[in-house]
Amino acid sequence: MLFTFATRRLVTAVALTALAPLAGATTDLQFWHSMDGSLGERVNAIANQFNASQKEYKIIPVYKGNYDESLSAAIAASRSGTAPHIVQVFEVGTATMMQAGKAIKPVSQVMKEAGEVLDEKMFIPAIAGYYSDSKTGHLVSMPFNSSTPVLYYNKDAFKKAGLNPDQPPRSWQELAAAAAKLKASGMSCGYTTGWQGWVLLENFSTWHNLPYASLDNGFGGTGAVLQFNSPLHVKHIEFLAKMAKDGTFTYAGRKDEATPRFYSGECGIMTGSSGSLANIRKNARFDYGIGMMPYYPDVKGAPQNAIIGGASLWVMGGKSQAEYKGVARFLKRVATPAVAAEWHQNTGYLPVTVAAFDLSRKQGFYEKNPGSDVAARQMLNKPPKSYTRGLRLGYMPQIRTVVDEELESVWAGKQTPRAALDTAVSRGNELLRRFEKTAH
Amino acid sequence: MMSHRFHFPERGLGLLLMLPQLLITVIFFVWPAGQALWESTRLQDAFGLSSTFVGLDNFASLFRDPLYLQTVRTTLLFSVLVASLGLLVALLLAVMANRVVRASAFYRTILILPYAVAPSIAAVLWLFLFSPGLGWISYLLAQCGIDWNHVLNGGQALTLVVLASTWKQISYNFLFFLAALQAIPTSLLEAAAIDGASPLRRFRDIVFPLLSPTSFFLLVVNLVYAFFDTFAVIDAATGGGPGKSTETLIFKVYSEGFKGLDLGSSAAQSVILMLLVGALTLVQFRYVERKVQY
Amino acid sequence: MIENRKGLDGLSHLVLIAGMVLVAFPLYLMLITASYDANSALPTPVPLLPGGHFFANLGQVLTGEGGAVSWPFWKILGNSLAMAVSIALGKMLISLLSAFAIVYFRFPLRNAGFVLIFATLMLPVEVRIFPTVAVITDLGMINSFAGLTLPLIASATSTFLLRQSLLSLPRELAEAARVDGAGPLRFLWDIVLPVIRTTLAALFVINFVYGWNQYLWPLLVLRDASLSTTLMAIKSMMGEGAVKWPLVMAGATLTLLPPLLVVLGMQRWFVKGLVDSEK
Repeated sequence: MLFTFATRRLVTAVALTALAPLAGATTDLQFWHSMDGSLGERVNAIANQFNASQKEYKIIPVYKGNYDESLSAAIAASRSGTAPHIVQVFEVGTATMMQAGKAIKPVSQVMKEAGEVLDEKMFIPAIAGYYSDSKTGHLVSMPFNSSTPVLYYNKDAFKKAGLNPDQPPRSWQELAAAAAKLKASGMSCGYTTGWQGWVLLENFSTWHNLPYASLDNGFGGTGAVLQFNSPLHVKHIEFLAKMAKDGTFTYAGRKDEATPRFYSGECGIMTGSSGSLANIRKNARFDYGIGMMPYYPDVKGAPQNAIIGGASLWVMGGKSQAEYKGVARFLKRVATPAVAAEWHQNTGYLPVTVAAFDLSRKQGFYEKNPGSDVAARQMLNKPPKSYTRGLRLGYMPQIRTVVDEELESVWAGKQTPRAALDTAVSRGNELLRRFEKTAH
Repeated sequence: MMSHRFHFPERGLGLLLMLPQLLITVIFFVWPAGQALWESTRLQDAFGLSSTFVGLDNFASLFRDPLYLQTVRTTLLFSVLVASLGLLVALLLAVMANRVVRASAFYRTILILPYAVAPSIAAVLWLFLFSPGLGWISYLLAQCGIDWNHVLNGGQALTLVVLASTWKQISYNFLFFLAALQAIPTSLLEAAAIDGASPLRRFRDIVFPLLSPTSFFLLVVNLVYAFFDTFAVIDAATGGGPGKSTETLIFKVYSEGFKGLDLGSSAAQSVILMLLVGALTLVQFRYVERKVQY
Repeated sequence: MIENRKGLDGLSHLVLIAGMVLVAFPLYLMLITASYDANSALPTPVPLLPGGHFFANLGQVLTGEGGAVSWPFWKILGNSLAMAVSIALGKMLISLLSAFAIVYFRFPLRNAGFVLIFATLMLPVEVRIFPTVAVITDLGMINSFAGLTLPLIASATSTFLLRQSLLSLPRELAEAARVDGAGPLRFLWDIVLPVIRTTLAALFVINFVYGWNQYLWPLLVLRDASLSTTLMAIKSMMGEGAVKWPLVMAGATLTLLPPLLVVLGMQRWFVKGLVDSEK
């Protein structure tokens, strides 16, 4: 019995996989993304609206796990010739994607060949700059969900601690003082942060008018060298290490573990992604406020501008002309003011175009939702310098891990900030040299 | 060796029957192993567009890297802890279960439950027990004045993954020890008891030596388990952190290849692991063959 | 019992009860946690008595209502089941055939094949994970059920165990079959299979649990959420941000149930088979 069943089972299994999906009348376009939960629903809505608006193309959005997973899946698929049409890739994967040659097709080219006019100037410069080819100046991928780090604080807890609930801490010194007062008022956690590498080093650099790496943070070529161990960086990490030691800074984890600690009321202040707003809005049972990232007032040129996190949409290579036409139409629709503004307002991500920002303002969104424009204001704070446009470094996901590991040793008191940053820089540089060798 | 056995004369049929297993082994074992060997000598970009021969560079840079060596040390420490803790606890329980008559079936049933639990679920369960503010263990520790934070404290993180990994493996070890204990002839122990040997001495002088083949077998199995199967535990519980304090070799292969997209280095690490397992297999093979054939 | 020492017996029970608590407590807490409201904060520490939301949580995870999971459990439980059953039966089938070949035939390559198969005994798929993914990709089997299961059905353990079983059968069995004019396959089917059915049952349990608990391999091979397994779903529920423990634990409960039922339901054979494999 067991036996025949086994055989049958196996035969069925093999036979089933041999059946290829039947082609429909419309052209199907695969869109792989990493937006889960309510964000995923928003993505589906955008696709559905597009599908309903015309009959030739059908966008099929597929959730592919987190950013690491979807990028990995897309690369594997590309290697086996089964790449999707569009992939959402996180910002630190940009350098990897740009090196992908034939495996991808730059968005500006897709548009041009499809005969679609895409005014690249309509994008917010700091966002467009992140995803543009530094040689041609044209977009390689389509800006989609971008965020900057902002400061969230618990107004109720501020009141209880005798702090002004309408004044978020502006400088790091003020933040430390506030965190100490919050602790004194009985809170177990004063300050915490999500995404430490992105917030405390990458954005800290541009916010304080410092390069993160040479050659304009890698925009100028693959020979870039990490520079986030400057005296000011060291001073900053020392400042935080002291806070960690006296208990006013609580380390929550490498990713977004800080957000639940904030909205549960455990931590009074948090720095994290502006994209966390939707989650906080939904879960916090107290009055909260949003402020700009703190800075050191004695640093010349600070605050400069914030750089974005999040992801953009990449078009994969090797597809037919007709398919690219559909892709171009869809991407164009994503960037229209109405779609982009709705996405921005629903998710807490930045408006990617100036028109979407203006539309949201006209609709009174920022008045109704105080603080929701902080992310954009930070990015537009000053015109970006060549070294505050963003990062374009190879193996950046691994460099983030290196930074996480070294910072963790600082928070645990096992290493001095200077030693940790020096080690992180030299380990990161080794990765960069390795990446340089694979670049072509 | 097997000449005393009966053999069917149909030689072709024999080969045919073995073929499916052979094919699967060649396609999914020999081929990938060869591929790993090949890739380990090359430097590739993520998309496989360019690939250059770099000889043994990938290996050299691994052994130059103090962090790789640290990962080797972490793996050894972790594996020894998991194997020894798992064997000791299981042995203790098995000895006790072998003593009692009443409720022994009930004890056994409960004790084999973790066998069915996937390593990643085991990690989730233990993570919950230790999660600050929520878990019972972290709560009790806090009552004792111990601040539990495995997100920051490497030693605590290692403790967490060791406990979760050991917990899952106790069932398996327990069953083997119990079977081995039950196979020991009672007459032997009775004779010793009549001679006035205390239970503890009987265990040391008679039971323990008789258990050593089982213990050795279990040791190898547990080491292999700790090396590889615990990937899911570590991925779900700590992700290798904080720092690199819970990063094992297999986790590094994964993070380098999957997240880092550095296939050359990942392949080189796979090759090293294969050699390691090869050595363990050889030891095991000798042992099994000796036991099985004669 | 050689001697009846009350104290020692008491101690034994005490140790066993402690061991039982150690083993069962995490599982007990899983059930308790799964019974609390997923949308409000959990009481800290989690109470030791159940709340009233157990079935609501199970339902939410099963149906995927309210975006609790990216894919409803009732669908992916089917995937996990198909994967585990296919792997278990696949392993048993090819192992039985090759063990039978090794024991009852003499043919060229027999020893070489035996050694080759044995070499896979300890080499878990994790060790050669990326090259294997590459091979699956080359074969066009990525993101397919065949790609998910076929590479995992090579099993030296099962082959070995079955070989032991077959070797322990009396020689006369085959000779008698031969005299009756039964061919090898008929002999295997009519005579051998009924005799070794306990071993087969044990193998089924071991391999079912093995298949069900696969984690890294499905993660790398599968792309479509519709093919994903329950362990993958739990992983994504544990992802960044706030973990909804009651739902995670409800998912864990559902994930545990099938292998637990198989292990407990077939306990007798399973224990025998597991232990035999060492002999």
